[in-house]
Amino acid sequence: MSGSLAASDLSVRYETPHGSVHALRHVDIEAHPGEVIGIVGESGCGKSTLVTALANLLPANARVDGSIRYNGIDLAKLDARRQRLLRGDEIALVSQDPMTAFNPVLTIGDQLVDFQHHRKDLGRAQKRARIAAMLGRVGIADAELRMDCYPHELSGGMRQRVAIAAALLTDPGLLIADEPTTALDVTMEAQIIHLLRALRSEYNGIIIVVSHNLGVIAELCDRVYVMYAGEVVEGGEVDAIFHDARHPYTQALLACDPARFHERLDRLPTIPGSLPNLTQPPSGCVYAPRCACAFAPCGSVAPPLVKLSASHRARCHAVTP
Amino acid sequence: MLAYAVKRIGLGLLILVLVMVAMYAAVFLVPGDPATVALGPRATPELKRLLIERMGLDQPVWWQIVEFFRNALTGNLGYDVWSNRPVSTLVMEALPNTLILGLTALTVALVIGVPLGCLSVMRRGTLADAVIGVLSVGVIAVPSFVVAIYSLLLFAVTLRWLPAIGAGEAGDIASQAKALIMPAAAIALGWIGYIARMVRASMMGVMGEPHIRTARSFGLPEWKIVSKYALRIAIIPTISLVAVGLGSILSSAVFVEAVFARPGIGKLITDAVNTRNYPVVMGTVLIMTAIYVSITIAADLLIARLDPRVRDVFRG
Repeated sequence: MSGSLAASDLSVRYETPHGSVHALRHVDIEAHPGEVIGIVGESGCGKSTLVTALANLLPANARVDGSIRYNGIDLAKLDARRQRLLRGDEIALVSQDPMTAFNPVLTIGDQLVDFQHHRKDLGRAQKRARIAAMLGRVGIADAELRMDCYPHELSGGMRQRVAIAAALLTDPGLLIADEPTTALDVTMEAQIIHLLRALRSEYNGIIIVVSHNLGVIAELCDRVYVMYAGEVVEGGEVDAIFHDARHPYTQALLACDPARFHERLDRLPTIPGSLPNLTQPPSGCVYAPRCACAFAPCGSVAPPLVKLSASHRARCHAVTP
Repeated sequence: MLAYAVKRIGLGLLILVLVMVAMYAAVFLVPGDPATVALGPRATPELKRLLIERMGLDQPVWWQIVEFFRNALTGNLGYDVWSNRPVSTLVMEALPNTLILGLTALTVALVIGVPLGCLSVMRRGTLADAVIGVLSVGVIAVPSFVVAIYSLLLFAVTLRWLPAIGAGEAGDIASQAKALIMPAAAIALGWIGYIARMVRASMMGVMGEPHIRTARSFGLPEWKIVSKYALRIAIIPTISLVAVGLGSILSSAVFVEAVFARPGIGKLITDAVNTRNYPVVMGTVLIMTAIYVSITIAADLLIARLDPRVRDVFRG
């Protein structure tokens, strides 16, 4: 079963002894079955908080406002048990670091059998057969043999494949890959991207890919949300974002991507300044202190979300349709 | 793994030798000649010389140690000064009682302590966690002989529910079990606290690891995450603690057996020390050290068995 996902006016703050950290503010995103959604932004922009909120795995000190509706159901209104049962059944997460994502003292097969606990109709042998088939599908040779390995006996790339296989085993309607290639070397990264591309053609749920790597997003996604300091500053089709970026932050981000340089540069371009302090988010535009185009209202008035086309939006005073 | 086991066993044998050398040194440093103490001030010189010769006390110390180990290898641990019975027989009579006491106490402590530690983690920050924490520290702080004396007063003297002394009628399991309750509880109580604290502390660390988040992201129930995914890792430091602790469990058995007048190694040692019955002290210490060393080795091998990463380090 797969349905649409919509987060509206979603805000998350973490209560800490030093005040609350507004990690996510007024985020609106939506995704439909068959779509691959990219979420991009620099470290600390709230990408991981967003997907953690979608997967319902926020820590106890997180306070959530707004709603996340999956298949018409408001996730926040479900009790803890129903939320738990949704995880690993409808919603699956491929976590960030394949090195530490698996339990070091249990075999891969043991863990993947446990992860299928929603399938009460299957016996252990059937679950193991599904694992072997899925491991083969994500490109692991000798799947039967690998199942009895402990995580530290597999390479990083292989573990990431296992993590993807684990998520796919649950037939999720929503598959979230949080930085699926960040911990891997370039060769492995290319292989994993290749694998995810191959999967998207035979999978009809929603895939959300989180990355700070623009190349990964461009390769894989249909639509992209660009995040900055806890806000979605621009969203749209991959083509629109990569070729017609309107928000100054998106433009600066693209200008800094070494893969997009056409001539040799003496210095790598950077965005001057640093992220605002999220314990006291600015009242105006979050990007204004670093923005080359900032003018009078940017410092004090929060910019509106400007509709540029059917799917393209940017949150900026300087943008006009 | 085999090389590792051999290395550990070799080290264990070395520890045994060192302990016995230290014991001999202690005997010779304690004022008073064993034969005089044993026979009393009014013994005739002939009798004294006879005893000195029989105990080998006229030989140089290093020779006595060599002799002791040579005899020990053939199963001869010397003879009781008073009854002239072989020490090995005395130890073998007393050992089962102490082992049953120690193992019962340890099992009780593990069976109660580990789930309490897990419960603390599952209910972290709540009243239940705080209560378990306070109780744990409380029972750790109370020495086992104090528990022994007060439980003796309450359950044996006032309420008359349980026998005050002894190990129960021979052949009567029910009476033996009844006699075991108080001594085992006296030893176990503090260990329940230790184990609960230890499991909680190492479990809290493990629960923050990314693989626990993975297990949660697949919607596994919390009890399963705690009891299977976290405990298998968190139990490893507890195994080391328990192995080291068995030494102190056996030594607290010395007090507890004395309080409950329960036959066992503890009582054997206490009586032997009081009467300067050196062959019995030596033989018993040797056996206790051997048990302790074997438990430590067994714990290390068990850890290697539980954690595949440790296993692989020693495979290569």
